[in-house]
Amino acid sequence: MTIDPVRGASRPRSFLGRLLAGDQVARAITATFAGGILLLTGLLVFELFQSSALTRDKFGWAFLFTRIWDPVAGQFGALPFLYGTLATSALALAMAVPLGLGAAIFLAELAPPRISDALTFVIELLAAVPSVIYGLLGVFVLVPIMRALGAPYGVGVLTAAVVLAVMILPFIVSISREALLSVPREQREAALALGATRWESTWQVVVPFARLGIVGSVFLALARALGETMAVTMVIGNDPRIHASILAPGYSIAAVIANEFTEATSDLHLSGLIELGLVLFFLTVLLNGVARLLILSTTRRGTQHP
Amino acid sequence: MIWRKLVNWIMFALTGLCALATVSVLFFILGYLLWYGSRSLSWSFLTHLPTPAGEAGGGMANAILGTGKLLLLTTLMGVPAGFLAGVYLSEFGRGSFPAVVRYTADLLNGVPSIVIGIFAYAIVVKPMRHFSALAGAVALSIMVIPITMRTTEQFLRAVPQTLREGALALGASQWKTVASVVIPAGFRGVLTGTILGVARVAGETAPLLFTSFSNQYWSSGWNQPTASLPVMIFNYAISPYDDWHRQAWAAGLVLLALMLTANVAARLVLSPKVNQNA
Repeated sequence: MTIDPVRGASRPRSFLGRLLAGDQVARAITATFAGGILLLTGLLVFELFQSSALTRDKFGWAFLFTRIWDPVAGQFGALPFLYGTLATSALALAMAVPLGLGAAIFLAELAPPRISDALTFVIELLAAVPSVIYGLLGVFVLVPIMRALGAPYGVGVLTAAVVLAVMILPFIVSISREALLSVPREQREAALALGATRWESTWQVVVPFARLGIVGSVFLALARALGETMAVTMVIGNDPRIHASILAPGYSIAAVIANEFTEATSDLHLSGLIELGLVLFFLTVLLNGVARLLILSTTRRGTQHP
Repeated sequence: MIWRKLVNWIMFALTGLCALATVSVLFFILGYLLWYGSRSLSWSFLTHLPTPAGEAGGGMANAILGTGKLLLLTTLMGVPAGFLAGVYLSEFGRGSFPAVVRYTADLLNGVPSIVIGIFAYAIVVKPMRHFSALAGAVALSIMVIPITMRTTEQFLRAVPQTLREGALALGASQWKTVASVVIPAGFRGVLTGTILGVARVAGETAPLLFTSFSNQYWSSGWNQPTASLPVMIFNYAISPYDDWHRQAWAAGLVLLALMLTANVAARLVLSPKVNQNA
């Protein structure tokens, strides 16, 4: 490209000029990779649909509501796994939410900044511990404890829920803390000026203000719990029947995929497992989608009032 | 008034206990792994192959190398892809397309790792007809792409606008500005995020179960079933042999030490202000 000595670079550059300067090329290349993420996600949904066609055709919606899972007889019903996944996750939330919310309130409202930062650092490290390590501790530490406390086998739905609760705790704490921290100072000051104690200001003003973000953190944690595989597989007991007791062994969607996928001999069996994966995918996408919107709406609301 | 003050103190003491309980979990985990793991950790654990079931001794050298191999391949495939997509979102994106990409990436990030494993099985293992290190690395790459993309975007956005304007005012084209000013300025942050992202997938087990599978021996190249530390821990922990249980503890200690070192180093040394979960 030759540069006009009089008009120089002030002349609007043509498309070709910009192409040669590299802007359009760089834009096109990076946009391709960004679009690749859409493509990848689309391909993921397509593959899951495609590969689960056999059982979807054969059992239809009954797949989700029948309770016989017998690969030898070619009978596939997902109810025991749905029950196991939902029961462990719900129990885990019941344990982790009060604890996590309490810890988040302490870190955001009460602790001096230095202590709060140090504790938050430790909690973020906790989120980085691999799930197989939680499983390892579950098998060799928690299972004997549960057995001593009266669970007949040690392994079971409740044991899995305890491990899950510990695993999702860091997510609840760190996201709820962010939501609490994004509440404007004036809200607290106004409550304190009206004569509220610190706790009254926190519980009646700050927490309600951040409630969407907190609910978002719970949804995100729930999505994690539903999809968690290794730790649950190791302690849930792997029994594809529904028992009334939460102390009894159970099975979860992710666990049955992990255990049976490489051993599935018939196409129908494999298709059933992939359909379970599809169910799990939709559950977590739904929860994540809602959670992201909730979290986004609180942090935005917080920053609008500086 | 006394009653309200009392409630105030009691409630805050309770929240303090919650925080203490949460934090103590990490020390509990560390303590157990150090206690059980260090007793079985030895030089031969790091340098020898696994022995057949029931035979004492042996190590997990192949799994340590296998994990390294998987992470190397993941870093080569997933990190550049996520990085370029992040550059697009921060520097070139216009209109509603970036918002769609961002939201999709967040959803992809939340897909359970076992489902990612099924996907990698369908697109790599099934056409190739056998388990391979490559398939495992594809699964891990799919997980690392959205993480890298979001951290890259986050840190490039934090680069002050005046730096871009300065470069553009000197006559640099947009991509030159990005490549020679913006990326170097945000490099430390991007590197931190990338290390944390790779460290996070390093401990993943579920996506490897039916992609890279496992192997009792060395595997050469990218085309064979490959042992990895997380899968080894799983297989050994659920086995009936005491000796394998001890090996699982040792492997757990090695894995946790690697993860914590990467995390602490990345967070403390490179850039203290990173939040992966947001």
